[in-house]
Amino acid sequence: MTAVRVIGVGLLGPGLPDWATAQALLREPAAWQREATVIPTPARLPPAERRRASNVVKASIAVADQALSACGLAASALPTVFTSSTGDPLNCHLLCEALATAERMVSPTRFTNSVHNAAAGYWHIAAQSRQPSTSLAAFDASFAAGLLEAAVQVLSTQAPVLLVACDVPYPQPLHALRPLDDVMAVAMVLAPAASAGRSLHIEVTHDDAPITRCADSAFEALRTGLPAARALPLLHALMAGAAGTVVLEGLPGSALAVQVS
Amino acid sequence: MKPLAVSHYTLVTALGHGRDATLAALRDGRTGLAPRPFETAQVETWLGVVEQADSIALSAELASFDCRNNRLAELGLRADGFGHAARAAAARWGAHRVGVFLGTSTSGILQTEVAYRERDASSGALPAWLHYGHTHNTYSVSAYVRAALGLRGPAHVVSTACSSSAKVFAAAARMIEAGIVDAAVVGGVDSLCMTTLYGFASLELLSPQICRPWDTERNGLSLGEAAAFALLERQCDVPRAWLLGAGESSDGHHMSSPHPQGAGAAQAMRAALGQAGLQPGDVDYLNLHGTGTPGNDAAEDLAVCAVFGDELPCSSTKGHTGHTLGAAGGVEAAISMLALAHGVIPAGLNVRTPDPALKAKYMRESRQHEMRVVASNSFGFGGSNACLIFGEAA
Repeated sequence: MTAVRVIGVGLLGPGLPDWATAQALLREPAAWQREATVIPTPARLPPAERRRASNVVKASIAVADQALSACGLAASALPTVFTSSTGDPLNCHLLCEALATAERMVSPTRFTNSVHNAAAGYWHIAAQSRQPSTSLAAFDASFAAGLLEAAVQVLSTQAPVLLVACDVPYPQPLHALRPLDDVMAVAMVLAPAASAGRSLHIEVTHDDAPITRCADSAFEALRTGLPAARALPLLHALMAGAAGTVVLEGLPGSALAVQVS
Repeated sequence: MKPLAVSHYTLVTALGHGRDATLAALRDGRTGLAPRPFETAQVETWLGVVEQADSIALSAELASFDCRNNRLAELGLRADGFGHAARAAAARWGAHRVGVFLGTSTSGILQTEVAYRERDASSGALPAWLHYGHTHNTYSVSAYVRAALGLRGPAHVVSTACSSSAKVFAAAARMIEAGIVDAAVVGGVDSLCMTTLYGFASLELLSPQICRPWDTERNGLSLGEAAAFALLERQCDVPRAWLLGAGESSDGHHMSSPHPQGAGAAQAMRAALGQAGLQPGDVDYLNLHGTGTPGNDAAEDLAVCAVFGDELPCSSTKGHTGHTLGAAGGVEAAISMLALAHGVIPAGLNVRTPDPALKAKYMRESRQHEMRVVASNSFGFGGSNACLIFGEAA
């Protein structure tokens, strides 16, 4: 069992502009109007990088900034764990389109942005941070994989770690094969057990304990609609302020049981 | 960190399948690179191709994973009996106590690249044969290996460009230390595709000749493909090597160019030494990232000299294998462990005129040399740096 504290949260999703608004809407789901995610342009990025940054970069930076301002830690001081099922889907589509033409003209910026760790790279440039960073993928279990990795890093280093999960939908024709609903990003700053903040006891389970669903059907549809939204039951528990255990979707045959107190 | 046993490892590159074929090529100074075509690419370059990645068949029940990247993974599992060793570890620890943490940069995207040429003329739809989740998606290689080996533990893919499969050693070591798993399959798989061939060409980082790391006329990298695996275990009676340290850092400088003084790279090397509890002078050989682009080698040279001085024997083996991108960290970890086990310092190939501006002790001839500790550097786009340190088995 792995115990850590949550000392900052950030969230961006459809009709969910930030964590403060999202908390109120998770408490009162009837008030939530699902609208396309509005992605702010991060002031933190230098102008050259701002021009080149894609939605996955901007959404990741937006939630990371929210989580950092909640805990007051400096961006340059935090190791990071980024997790995403898809990386930058529009960039991928445009690359594949270009490579399907006779000329195969690929833009250098498009190729550079095609790496899965683009969001991490832009973040560390913006934060002027030489702290370690990793970028993970685990398909629909990407959020759980990122949470486990970040918690284990906190345990290993006894220092805070910034976790950022973000998924962005593909345009057609890939959308038909991997339908993701909209852009969603979640950030958490995790800290050692001795810190102040909500406590998470994380355990990898292999029994068939049912995955925790969202009680509200609209939020449940969001949860299943894209991997980063698999965090919603955990976010709900963090918001509710009550103790409880949520089971987050993991890989086939496993899950993450997270006891929140 | 507490030294972690490497109980088994293997690799498949353009040099051949398994440790013996690789060792023979390293001893002979033989390259696997050749000026040759790949698929439909019209790019003048040298490539490190694994021929059997075209032809090997996956098992019928895993046929949905069929793509060049997962076929390459399967070749890796078959080399040196690696798959058997991993299944034995699952029997020993329990399948749910063995994790799978692999690196890749482009996964099976070649499938989607080909599928985009076959889109329906009217609807734009992709052909029905494309299985996105099991091939193109970044996670697919860990899903394949987890399924092929019957493992049930935590799994993910690390995709931090060319440091990916070095960083998985660090991730697995933490998972074992935290008691999440008792053993882990780590490594990396990356296969040739149009994205990287045309992408590196667009950045003018692809050499039309064979790559020449540390040469004064070096003008870019040569691409290769590979699968490399290692089995890390909490406890092992006969380890093949010990993982002593795994240092990680970011440049925070530029998306596709290293920090010009190699500041992030130096930080990763120092972090690895710190974890291992070693002094720079304790390291006997360093396998460089050494891609053969003018900027990368210059920055790495400064970083290496800042940390180790200019007397540490070092070389890049990308002149043998080509740059295998997301598999490079795993490939060069395996080469470093081979060097350690057999007392062979591999030569850095293809140097005609050593660059006088580079001060590290670059080895142009392979040499027999008893070693106790070796290190391996891996750096990637996005400013992602990793350094691994391995100790001899005894």
